[in-house]
Amino acid sequence: MTKGVSAGCQENDPHSAYRVSRYLSLYAALWRNSVIRELGFKVNFLMWIVVEGLWFALQLTFISVLYLHTEHIGSWTKWQVVALVGASHLIQQLFTAIFLTNLAALSEHIRTGKLDFMLLLPVNTRFLVSFRQVDLGGFVNAAGALCVIGYALHRLNHVPGLTQVAGFLLFVLVGVLIHSSLMLMLAATSFWTVRAQGIVWGYYNLFNIARLPDEAFRGLFKAVFTFVLPMLLVSNVPVKMLVDKLSSPLEMLLLLALAALICAASELLWRIALRRYTSASS
Amino acid sequence: MGKYWHVLNLGLQNTMVYRLNFLFRATLGLIPLMAIISVWRAIYADKPGGQVASYELAQMISYYLVITIVDALTAVTEDDWQIAADIKDGNISQFLLKPLDYLAYRFCLFSAGRLVYAAFAVVPTAAFIWLLRDHFVLPPDAASAVGFVVSLALTAMLQFLFSFTLALLAFWVLEVATFIFIAFAFEYVAGGHLFPLDLLPPAVAGALDYTPFPYMLFFPVSVWLGRVSGEAIWLGVLVQLLWVAAAYAVARGVWRRGIRKYSAVGG
Repeated sequence: MTKGVSAGCQENDPHSAYRVSRYLSLYAALWRNSVIRELGFKVNFLMWIVVEGLWFALQLTFISVLYLHTEHIGSWTKWQVVALVGASHLIQQLFTAIFLTNLAALSEHIRTGKLDFMLLLPVNTRFLVSFRQVDLGGFVNAAGALCVIGYALHRLNHVPGLTQVAGFLLFVLVGVLIHSSLMLMLAATSFWTVRAQGIVWGYYNLFNIARLPDEAFRGLFKAVFTFVLPMLLVSNVPVKMLVDKLSSPLEMLLLLALAALICAASELLWRIALRRYTSASS
Repeated sequence: MGKYWHVLNLGLQNTMVYRLNFLFRATLGLIPLMAIISVWRAIYADKPGGQVASYELAQMISYYLVITIVDALTAVTEDDWQIAADIKDGNISQFLLKPLDYLAYRFCLFSAGRLVYAAFAVVPTAAFIWLLRDHFVLPPDAASAVGFVVSLALTAMLQFLFSFTLALLAFWVLEVATFIFIAFAFEYVAGGHLFPLDLLPPAVAGALDYTPFPYMLFFPVSVWLGRVSGEAIWLGVLVQLLWVAAAYAVARGVWRRGIRKYSAVGG
């Protein structure tokens, strides 16, 4: 392998410990940048936290109103669903904090040819495209979601064990990973169509499903959103883990397997797309 | 009057560019709709009486389907962002120099946008309603149908004036997006987007009735479903008309003050 090629495929770099620390320090620098940027618009920063919090409250209102008129949806009780909405919000906000702005900006980078500049930098391009900016408000809202989950557990009179909590957190991270991989794939379609602005909006429709109890669904809808786009697993499985609702370990294994598959697919699509990139003509 | 026909025509041609986008949007919008209908089905499956707050399953499903129709015809999607951008970038200067009223101009563009959107959204939406035809109720009588059309038009005006006034905040603040989202969140619940407002405790629903929000969505849907009937339809339309007049007065007032403040940045 020649030197030029190995610089191109950094995965083959033998000094992996060095590489990890280099990327960590790069990410720290990107964090610093984001903090400085946010500090420039303090009021706006706080207002966005209010907006997200309000929409979260709105979903919780919806659940409360539903449970004014019913005792359970399938076998899900009110506070279990509240925990589910909380977990869905937690995953969504972590995804927003780390990935959303960056991936949503991809089509703009392609359209304007800004991606040229990123490709020239001696950094893995997917890393740069995914992590350039951090949306700090997302972490604040994620903390709010954690509080709601905690309160729901309190109302359920349920104290989860250490493995349950660890499993929950692991699955939350898996959920963030699934969302980011799917979103990257959606955003990468702009290598072909150039204009793909509806993407963020379209993806929000999927978040809408993730916070609903899986037992409400049947038939084709359930099959598609379990096995193809595992929206009905990403928040349901971690919450079931947390509140002792898992009937069999199969769901967990399915979620992990699908996560691995989606990650691999997104990496593959990303590489094919990059190969196709011809830069914006000027 | 003739010049506004030209604006409408221009708006029609401009929004036609986005027709595929509209089709895509309307189709994706069906996913959460399907999800919410599934949740209600699951709730009704465990209801021996088959009723939730005097809604039968078909009425509940139709509630959400009619919302989709009303939304396609009246919801403001891009207009508020465009108005705010016009102010921020100084583009409204040209309107101040022309014998063209900005509010009327914007209303023409809004109408054109809704017409084109509805023309394309009708394909996936109609297909979806056809799939659920066993659970889709039509207006019970002619009075309800006429009442629905009238209140639909008033809803569109109310939606437009509400968003127009909000977007005018751009005269005073740099970033209006957060304000728009906060107001939209309130309208989303209080207008009946998430659930029929009569599912709320009676005291809350009663209090909401003194705000314009139910008239921005819930009222026309209730008329369609026949839950408001007889004289109550026309009484409601009258209240709606009063809210439109009030919203118009506020929009005009805010515009006048905004113009005084306006400094034509970058114009």
